[in-house]
Amino acid sequence: MIGVEIRLKNLTKKFPNRNKRAPGEVTAVSDFTFVIPDGKLTALLGPSGCGKSTTLNLICGLERPSSGQIFFGAQDVTRLAPEHRGVGMVFQNYALYPHLTVRQNIRFPLENLKGKDRLSREEMDRRVEEAAAQVQIGELMDRRPRELSGGQQQRAAIARALAKRPHVLLLDEPLSNLDARLRLQTREEIRRIQKETQITTVFVTHDQEEAMSISDQIAVMREGVLLQAGWPQQVYDSPDNLFVARFLGTPPINVFAGRVQKGRLWIGDKPVLEAAGAADGPVTVGVRPEGFWLRPDGPFQCGFGGLEVMGRDVSVVCTHDACETGTLRAIVGADSRVEPVSGTVRFALKPEKTFLFEPDTGKRIFLPGQRREGYEEK
Amino acid sequence: MKKNSWKAWLYLLPALVFLGLFMVYPLIDVFVYSVEEGYNFASQTYFGTGAYNYSYVLHDPFFLQALKNTFLLVIITVPVSTGLALLISLGLSSIGPLRSLFQTVYFLPYVTNTLAVGLVFMILFQKTEYTDGLINLMLELFGAGPVDFIGGPYWAKMFVLCFYTVWVVLPFKILILTGALASVNEEYYRAARVDGTPKARIFVRITLPMISPMLFYLIITGFIGAFKAYSDAVALFGTNLNAAGMNTIVGYVYDMLYGDSGGFPSYASAAAILLFVIVLTITCINLLVSRRHVYY
Repeated sequence: MIGVEIRLKNLTKKFPNRNKRAPGEVTAVSDFTFVIPDGKLTALLGPSGCGKSTTLNLICGLERPSSGQIFFGAQDVTRLAPEHRGVGMVFQNYALYPHLTVRQNIRFPLENLKGKDRLSREEMDRRVEEAAAQVQIGELMDRRPRELSGGQQQRAAIARALAKRPHVLLLDEPLSNLDARLRLQTREEIRRIQKETQITTVFVTHDQEEAMSISDQIAVMREGVLLQAGWPQQVYDSPDNLFVARFLGTPPINVFAGRVQKGRLWIGDKPVLEAAGAADGPVTVGVRPEGFWLRPDGPFQCGFGGLEVMGRDVSVVCTHDACETGTLRAIVGADSRVEPVSGTVRFALKPEKTFLFEPDTGKRIFLPGQRREGYEEK
Repeated sequence: MKKNSWKAWLYLLPALVFLGLFMVYPLIDVFVYSVEEGYNFASQTYFGTGAYNYSYVLHDPFFLQALKNTFLLVIITVPVSTGLALLISLGLSSIGPLRSLFQTVYFLPYVTNTLAVGLVFMILFQKTEYTDGLINLMLELFGAGPVDFIGGPYWAKMFVLCFYTVWVVLPFKILILTGALASVNEEYYRAARVDGTPKARIFVRITLPMISPMLFYLIITGFIGAFKAYSDAVALFGTNLNAAGMNTIVGYVYDMLYGDSGGFPSYASAAAILLFVIVLTITCINLLVSRRHVYY
């Protein structure tokens, strides 16, 4: 199985509005241009309703785009039916046929092959065994789906998608129906299968942690628009806009109202950071929870709210008037001593963890030295 | 839990009393009647017990005619109505606009009175001195001669009865099957589409198995309903079904009790028990077959 590069070119999908009182169209995916590298695991990430599942369906061929093109390698597959694209799809609730055994389920797509692709019985059996071995469900082959646990159903569904030896594997919210422990296990499993088969894999999720942990590349979407794509660490470290900054990371980024004045960043009535090169004016400031240094003489002073001990590190809950939620969270090492002085703690901000955004558009204002350098993909 | 079991029985009591009084007792009573030979309705006396009533019924040409009619009706109408209902509900679930209109139209016969429908069918099919009937007029357009569907040859009458029965039972089946089709998760069809499954194969390998429980429910109740047919025949051919040669088993039972030749509860009971045995057998066969073919 060899993966293939997927190129989406100005992909747009509009649906007729179901609401009869407001006729018109809803744009689910808007002018989406993106390259999904071959043999890599790519996550489409975004809140629900952002068009990520529609994008997946467009790649799969279950939906036809309103405009734009999809290329698999050099081939334009925009008008091709799903079965001619060489894609395997795993649905959110797995869609295993309940009346068929696991073996029959995996075999089902193979029995549809016609003409020159037609397989002999022996070849079908061989492929079924091969796919089952890849996801390690050999001993469950004669069970019905309802006799399987959620994780096992997931594997069976992946095996069914792999049986045709597709070039592209698509997974729609693959982990959302699993409990927390199984989710961790299954995402490793998906990663392993993807690595072993070297198949181009695209999966859709609204869980940033899920996306960050196993993908080679993530694409953050909102309202049908691609906001930012890249290697997960790169997107996390250098968000292009406030939405992406907010969407990635737990605990979420702390957002403040601030301003730039004479080359310095002010939050509240104190200058907190050098901001040479930025134009004067109000800005929205985002500081990652790990972007605070505990400093007795730090410029950033806030009210002490409490400590949340998490073992590995400590989360300091503070209050600050300029913070949009009123409270902020700073994560410091478990060995640091937090000693509030008359109810306040002081921090210094790490420049590489502090991002400036335009207050009205949310667009990133890059400070000199923050300019994105070409991150190497690992 | 055990301590409270008398409470459970107390709550069950009303239902049990009703069932016992109106279901179990009559059933036993019918069986008792059926073995009492020479029962006299007026004096409520009988000569002895035995199987003579069964022998009489089984040798009665009217019963044999009724048996034949009923079997024909069952064998023709159950598959035809179920198949038609499946086709129509497939059609209904694949059209978008006007769907609720068609659903209403197909459901109308269900809420229409049987005898009123019978009257309409009479007008459609009956040949009188004044007119040949609407169907015959249409037949004549194609050069076929007028057929007396109501008072004519046996096959013509049987055709009308089957036609009528199918038409009457269709709406309920369509209702059940459209519901069953709608309850099949769309995701299965999407999964099948990803693999390029041909339409016919989707139907046979996915849709049919998914709706098979409902399908078998309809077949079993269809068999039972058709075996119990009576009012349909009356609506078309009047109360003297024996004369028309269109009697059914239930009709025979009724005639034996209250008809012109009535007053023979023993024969009626014997016929009823025979019907009961037939329906029981067929239902058991149905269940055995369905166990092998129905998933879930």
